[in-house]
Amino acid sequence: MIRVAVQAEGFDPAVELAALEALGGGGIASFTGIVRADGGLSALHLDHYPAMTLAQMEKVAAQAAARWPLLGLTVIHRFGTLAVGERIVFVGTASESRIPALEACAFLIDWLKVAAPFWKREVRPDGSGDWVEAKAVDDGRAARWS
Amino acid sequence: MAAQLALVYFAWVRDRIGVGDERIDHPGADCTIAQLLDRLAAGSAGHAAAFEDRARLRAALDQEYVPLDSVIGDARELAIFPPVTGG
Repeated sequence: MIRVAVQAEGFDPAVELAALEALGGGGIASFTGIVRADGGLSALHLDHYPAMTLAQMEKVAAQAAARWPLLGLTVIHRFGTLAVGERIVFVGTASESRIPALEACAFLIDWLKVAAPFWKREVRPDGSGDWVEAKAVDDGRAARWS
Repeated sequence: MAAQLALVYFAWVRDRIGVGDERIDHPGADCTIAQLLDRLAAGSAGHAAAFEDRARLRAALDQEYVPLDSVIGDARELAIFPPVTGG
């Protein structure tokens, strides 16, 4: 089972985890990304490249599925304006045991950060805000898998 | 009718140029992305500001990431944007 979604609406990690648990494996791993209240921001606005986003996410998902013996994986990434505390991204993996599930989960979020065409802009209470700068450390996290 | 190239911009690249997309006459298969950016920067202050620091720009041709020194070839869509910050 490979489930990849790009959506404005929210998602329920419990529902996503239950679907992965139903695949019969012995290990489920997940990562959920949440909007932090960094520097007084009230929300993040996520822009993306609609014609490219899903294809890039599917490519990363296919790489994980080829590299680890997974029973299933789920990747959901939201776009639009997300308030502090809202969920941005979910990665879940199911495997026979913990190691493939944990490693594939880390690989997926590391690669989504550098391959999926999303851009975050900070939104302060007065409506102002800057685009978030990419971090070199994220490139390094992704590169360590190659 | 001459072939066209669709240009699409995201994040602060779009903010500086002032539009999210535009269409131009195709610059030819041998033209590189960097050469096209030079030409566009010469034509407007917004493009010049957006394309000033090439180290901060990334590109995709027909929705595939490519380096800025790539030739445009027969691509129909060129996207210019900052390094991505999703996840």
